[in-house]
Amino acid sequence: MAEPRIIIVGAGPAGVRAAEALVAAGVRPVLLDEGQRDGGQIYRRQPEGFSRTPEQLYGTEAGRAIALHRSFERLKPQIDYRPRHLAWNVADGVVHTISEGKPGQFAYDALIIAAGATDRLLPVKGWQHAGVYSLGGAQIALKAQACAIGRKVVFLGTGPLLQLVALQYHKAGAEVVALLDTSPFPRQVMALPKLAARPGMLLKGLRIVGGLMASGMAIHRGVTPVEIHGEAEAGVTGVSVRLASGEIRRFDCDAVGLGYHLRPEAQLADLARCAFTFDARTRQFWPEIDADGRSSVPGIYLAGDGVRTQGADGAEISGALAACAALEDLGRSVPDAPRAALRAKARVMERFREGIAEAYPWPAGLAADLPDEAILCRCEGITVGELREAAKEKGADEVNRAKALTRVGMGRCQGRYCGHAGAEIVAAATGMPLEAVGRLRGQAPVKPLAIAAGEVQP
Amino acid sequence: MTGGTRSDVLIIGGGIMGASAAFFLRQRGKSVTLIERGLIGQQASGTNFGNVRRQGRFLPQLPLANRSRAIWGRLNELLGEDAEFLPSGHLRLAYTEEMAGRIEQYGRDARPYGLELEMLSGNVLRDRFPFLGPEIRAGSYSPLDGHANPRLAAPAFGRAAKRAGAEIVERAEVLTVEQEGGSFRAETADGRVFRAEQMLITAGAWGSRLSQQFGEPVPLVVHGPQMAVTEPVPYGLEPVLGIATTIPEEIIYLRQVKRGNIVFGGGIRGPASAETLRAYVKPENTLGQLSQITRIVPALRRLNVIRVWSGIESYLPDDIPIMGPSARIPGLHYAFGFCGHGFQLGPGVGDVMAELIATGQTSTPIEPFTIARFANSTTNQPGGHP
Ligand SMILES: Cc1cc2nc3c(=O)[nH]c(=O)nc-3n(C[C@H](O)[C@H](O)[C@H](O)COP(=O)(O)OP(=O)(O)OC[C@H]3O[C@@H](n4cnc5c(N)ncnc54)[C@H](O)[C@@H]3O)c2cc1C
Ligand SMILES: Cc1cc2nc3c(=O)[nH]c(=O)nc-3n(C[C@H](O)[C@H](O)[C@H](O)COP(=O)(O)OP(=O)(O)OC[C@H]3O[C@@H](n4cnc5c(N)ncnc54)[C@H](O)[C@@H]3O)c2cc1C
Repeated sequence: MAEPRIIIVGAGPAGVRAAEALVAAGVRPVLLDEGQRDGGQIYRRQPEGFSRTPEQLYGTEAGRAIALHRSFERLKPQIDYRPRHLAWNVADGVVHTISEGKPGQFAYDALIIAAGATDRLLPVKGWQHAGVYSLGGAQIALKAQACAIGRKVVFLGTGPLLQLVALQYHKAGAEVVALLDTSPFPRQVMALPKLAARPGMLLKGLRIVGGLMASGMAIHRGVTPVEIHGEAEAGVTGVSVRLASGEIRRFDCDAVGLGYHLRPEAQLADLARCAFTFDARTRQFWPEIDADGRSSVPGIYLAGDGVRTQGADGAEISGALAACAALEDLGRSVPDAPRAALRAKARVMERFREGIAEAYPWPAGLAADLPDEAILCRCEGITVGELREAAKEKGADEVNRAKALTRVGMGRCQGRYCGHAGAEIVAAATGMPLEAVGRLRGQAPVKPLAIAAGEVQP
Repeated sequence: MTGGTRSDVLIIGGGIMGASAAFFLRQRGKSVTLIERGLIGQQASGTNFGNVRRQGRFLPQLPLANRSRAIWGRLNELLGEDAEFLPSGHLRLAYTEEMAGRIEQYGRDARPYGLELEMLSGNVLRDRFPFLGPEIRAGSYSPLDGHANPRLAAPAFGRAAKRAGAEIVERAEVLTVEQEGGSFRAETADGRVFRAEQMLITAGAWGSRLSQQFGEPVPLVVHGPQMAVTEPVPYGLEPVLGIATTIPEEIIYLRQVKRGNIVFGGGIRGPASAETLRAYVKPENTLGQLSQITRIVPALRRLNVIRVWSGIESYLPDDIPIMGPSARIPGLHYAFGFCGHGFQLGPGVGDVMAELIATGQTSTPIEPFTIARFANSTTNQPGGHP
């Protein structure tokens, strides 16, 4: 049998561990990543020439980061690693890439997609002002460029990343005015039994909470965002929220970090025609997978935060499992014992993931209650009211129809940032269940594709 | 309710043809029921390029296209909604002397049909349209053609028809059509029955599935023209541009919307399926288009494509539609199979079919489009060809 052609997209924890499992089985995979270097999101490597220590860069995760980077260095000669390769499309068994303006094609027998996650965002009135960043953006500014998004920063949203980034900013010396969490404190307590599935992680989380309390920043849980104040020139000037007590309070600041946990980057899976399923707990559609990461399409495997937001450790496990599944489906024998151990760990990761989702729920009601004048789609400048009108008056009771009539989700980001909130608004306006209003169908390219690429023939 | 809904005219298929026919039939006082499998304008009529172009068409189709163009011009006042029709002009371009000769000939041939085209070449062409690339030799300019927003046009017709009293039934697929006594009967997948004195089949790529139930199958095949759009840039590309060529890879057309995005399409068509209701864009086709589009407007090389899509369009072997009365059954009418050119025609087709159904004749010639030309066809086309 000819050497199977296996392609991995994503050199984060999931992709690297998948590559490792393939190499162990004697296969030389192609590993594509749009980034300059390996490491993925959390263990992102600093650009060549920078010399901050792993402890400075990765904090408590330094050990794991070093371990992953070392594994990768060992693997490198045994894989076909292609950094700076964006997979912009996939069709008919071929991944289409773009690298430094040049198109490329990689045919596969098996494809493992480990594309990671991005911030899950919820609009708030005024979020289009300069100075509003996603939590990921805020963290990258700190990690990669060693600079803060502002001098007086408010963090608004929910999820573990909200607390982590707030603490990272505080430690880096930025003035964090407030941490405003939409999740009510009792929800976080109720999720403890599930979070206890991973005692070490729970402890890390509690230390972060401890660090935040000791920092002296204002911390409010169970808030309702009202508005991000700002001016055309100056950008953000403050944030108003309704506190759990009912009082409306304004916090003056010049930057806001915004985020409601993470959402899988599932565009490639969508383009590969993988089936999606609705998850009621997190109120979103995501690709269907079996316990080992097999999608509904034979030969396509999904791993890491790009399919379920389990975090970096979960990503490593699911990456290895996906590789085993691919090998097995290609007729290679896969040793049972290690795989059983991986599956057992994966179940723990999944339980913890559910705990996080319950502790920091997506505030669906806030999306549905957004005022008509709030901008929903920042790319196209469409308001909540315009979408509501299409849903109510023009019968757009399905999100792709709403997109056709209003352009919500037609911009550069393809609905990554407004799609979930848009679906909530359509559902609330029409009285339909969220599941029934559907999801925006993915459309190539995964990220904007330079027309100049057409001048270079592959 | 054993009788089911009854009306003067039953329209099956709510693309731009069905929706505009419903609107114009209401204007003529006929009671109308329109049945659409999905949502109004969701198929070809909502996914097309948006060209409202007459030049380059099959000449005997020009009277119909002219009638349609006149309606486009007063669409907003007619429908009370804006479908973003922009009479921006249309420029048909040639790379070679041979094609330049052909478009010039077309200009002469089109004049008797009332379509005035202006031939431009060399410096005159370039002075007027300085963004054109050096390979372009000549162009034929149609000042009154333009473009509109396909996502809005058919739904706007549907809503206007509804306001005017038409019954619009969405999310209902008609499975069987038949004659019953002197009238027509249609039954949907969920068992609803509709009856009418006359029937109009405007089911696009699915038209033959219904016409064959009346013994009139036609050899429809489906394809997916490949579309794409760039990020917005300041408005400046006024006319719709299109290349006249016999080389399929070279075909490309583009337009800029007022908001700034540049929409383009053309080249090799992609796979479409009338069964799964999906049409796909092949990545290699997108790359092929990129290599062509900068030949027309080199400055476009600085832009990015943010989205691609396709749609299901049906074609007949002679590349012209089926339109007119059934050749076998009085009271039955067809308008489908528009071969990639139906968006511009939509309002005119609706108007003409309403005239035909209400009066028994049309003031615009449509004889070339008769279904009788496929009378010997035995094809039982399920569609689904790539
Ligand atoms: C903004 C952000 C900040 C985070 N911060 C933390 C943190 O501080 N602590 C923590 O514990 N967890 C954090 N997480 C979660 C953590 O990043 C993930 O749990 C972990 O990185 C998941 O690993 P992964 O391999 O699934 O994906 P990732 O590590 O995200 O790796 C995915 C890789 O795929 C590549 N890729 C994606 N799409 C394409 C494509 N189309 N073509 C080519 N390459 C592609 C990306 O460049 C990336 O390298 C963060 C997540 C995000 C999104
Ligand atoms: C990508 C693309 C680009 C194009 N570009 C242009 C252009 O620039 N200019 C131009 O003039 N033309 C263009 N065309 C062609 C144009 O879009 C079509 O010719 C025109 O929209 C056809 O309209 P229609 O109403 O016949 O078909 P459709 O819009 O397909 O409508 C037919 C309707 O019938 C419904 N239907 C079918 N069967 C049943 C049933 N059994 N029961 C109930 N309902 C049923 C379908 O759901 C559908 O909504 C393009 C087409 C495509 C796909």
